[in-house]
Amino acid sequence: MQGMSQKIVGVKASAGVAIGKAFLLTAPEMEIKTVAVEDAASEVLRFEEALERAKADLQQIVLRVEKEMGAEQADIFRAHLMVLEDPELVDTVKGKITEEKTNAESALNDVAQMFISLFEQMDNDYMRERAADIRDVTKRVLAYLLGVNFFQPGSLTEEVIIVAEDLTPSDTAQLDRRYVKGFVTDIGGRTSHSAIMARSLEIPAVVGTQTITSAVTPSTLVILDGHEGVVILDPSEEEIAFYTKKQAEYAEQKAELEKLVHVPTITADQHHVELAANIGSPADVAGALANGAEGVGLFRTEFLYMGRDDFPTEEEQYLAYKQVLESMGEKPVVIRTLDIGGDKHLSYLDMPEEMNPFLGYRAIRLCLDRQELFRTQLRALLRASAHGNLKIMFPMIATLEEFLEAKAILEEEKKGLQNSGVAVSERIEVGIMIEIPAAAMMADVFAQEVDFFSIGTNDLIQYTMAADRMNERVAYLYQPYHPAVLRLLRNVIEAGHSQGKWVGMCGEMAGDPVAIPILLGLGLDEFSMSASSILPARKQISQLSRAEMAQHIDAILQMGTSAQVEAYVKETILKEDI
Amino acid sequence: MVEKKIVVQLPHGLHARPAANFVKVATSFASEIKLVKKDKTVNGKSIMGIMASAIAKGEEITLIADGVDENEAVAALEKVLLSQEG
Repeated sequence: MQGMSQKIVGVKASAGVAIGKAFLLTAPEMEIKTVAVEDAASEVLRFEEALERAKADLQQIVLRVEKEMGAEQADIFRAHLMVLEDPELVDTVKGKITEEKTNAESALNDVAQMFISLFEQMDNDYMRERAADIRDVTKRVLAYLLGVNFFQPGSLTEEVIIVAEDLTPSDTAQLDRRYVKGFVTDIGGRTSHSAIMARSLEIPAVVGTQTITSAVTPSTLVILDGHEGVVILDPSEEEIAFYTKKQAEYAEQKAELEKLVHVPTITADQHHVELAANIGSPADVAGALANGAEGVGLFRTEFLYMGRDDFPTEEEQYLAYKQVLESMGEKPVVIRTLDIGGDKHLSYLDMPEEMNPFLGYRAIRLCLDRQELFRTQLRALLRASAHGNLKIMFPMIATLEEFLEAKAILEEEKKGLQNSGVAVSERIEVGIMIEIPAAAMMADVFAQEVDFFSIGTNDLIQYTMAADRMNERVAYLYQPYHPAVLRLLRNVIEAGHSQGKWVGMCGEMAGDPVAIPILLGLGLDEFSMSASSILPARKQISQLSRAEMAQHIDAILQMGTSAQVEAYVKETILKEDI
Repeated sequence: MVEKKIVVQLPHGLHARPAANFVKVATSFASEIKLVKKDKTVNGKSIMGIMASAIAKGEEITLIADGVDENEAVAALEKVLLSQEG
């Protein structure tokens, strides 16, 4: 078999190495023919049987998913069940079979299509997504009627690597971790739903290979390397040995890091810094804690507003914030108020077309203009504050007036709640996100008014370099180590400390191994990053001395280019061979 | 048969979760349940029918129940439609 192996490269979606047999997940061929039936009554019975079997499957799935992944994921399948129990669907299909003497497959397909096109035509993203639910659930019944095998990721009984064109949310929610060792898909990117799910389930995954489904036949032996984004088909014995070793090393490394979960982050010279997690929804808290987060440094509240057809109510928001605060206990939770606009839009909020959305009507600018939205969120936050250690952060602050106005509105809402006897914490810190160069330059003035700063480097770098990092032609200008950026960071951190205020960072830079020594030397107090970066960062910081890092800062800030800074850190501090 | 005109108070109307909740309550009764919006009638036990009729907050609808437990059904469903939460 020597030399027969085939290598396919994709996007690394979730770390880890898996070796196993491929399980090709393809949508079953379902050809719907319209056939006249003689005995309509027994055809109705056949339809009812298929319906019952599909419902029984879904009930099983609801129970399992609820137990393994929580109520939110289980709701997807509860919604599917409700569609199968809908009398408008069921009775219309039965009526069609009886009156038109047509077969169940064709009757169901026609009625479902009618509902699907009804929902697809609606002027609302949420409703259009319901069309996908109806399609998904109809297939389940059709598969029983046609006697084709409808794959149930939950029904596997041996270890496999799933190979698919793409995985739907309903597929991924059903993956059974005992048997699914990894998955590879044709389409998708690092932030697609299946990739995010793979990371939260800690299943190695490679997505976006484009060709995997055509290259693999069932039971092909597959090696999947989620670190490199590589898939090897029909590997040689040497390759199997190599990756088996890599798998063991990875497991060992992981076990080593896991020892650090409950250990505070202490530098080699005994300074404590806080390592916190960036989260996007209450469901992310479990992963943050499992990875040893000492707090939440950024809770993006946009998820509450996305994928629905109207603004969330105060009560809905209150429950989500309370859930996060309670699960974090005494640990600090920084919640950022609504940051929409820019590239994030809501289907139910009319936003003007803008020439430069990133320099336009977004975040605090929108909130101060649409105060009813802002006040609803602030009331929900204030009410939730009684349940934990809440800190409130305003995004995209450019001027002092914006901060003072936002804070005054917060105070008004607080008084209002207290006057009606609602419990509100007395120790809520209020801070700003530093992502606009104007605010970074004026940090000394802001520091007299705020309780903390959190530096949002993703936007700060883009605004400092005037370069959109999503634009491939100028993405090279997105330079986190550029001395211009580092000088702004020093200005912010020194300004905060001179007023006794703590300074954190919640951009991707906070978890970057090359940036960490510099940030430590600059005196950053809190590093907030994706949960999976926390333990490696903790290990790195425990080996670095803050005082020693501080001695490198003057030299670094005098350099002329980002490349010089990067080379200096790698050679002098990280002692890498480059 | 019991009929009642109700102005929907649900903050987002009968969408998504509230619609599912309405259907859950409706199907717990034996009576036939109908919602009339202007001249359109939908089956109160049909999640797709209700979502497709897009009933908003502040809209007046007629709730109709017909069967052995029609009084209880109207009372329970009225409570759902008048709820301020959801």
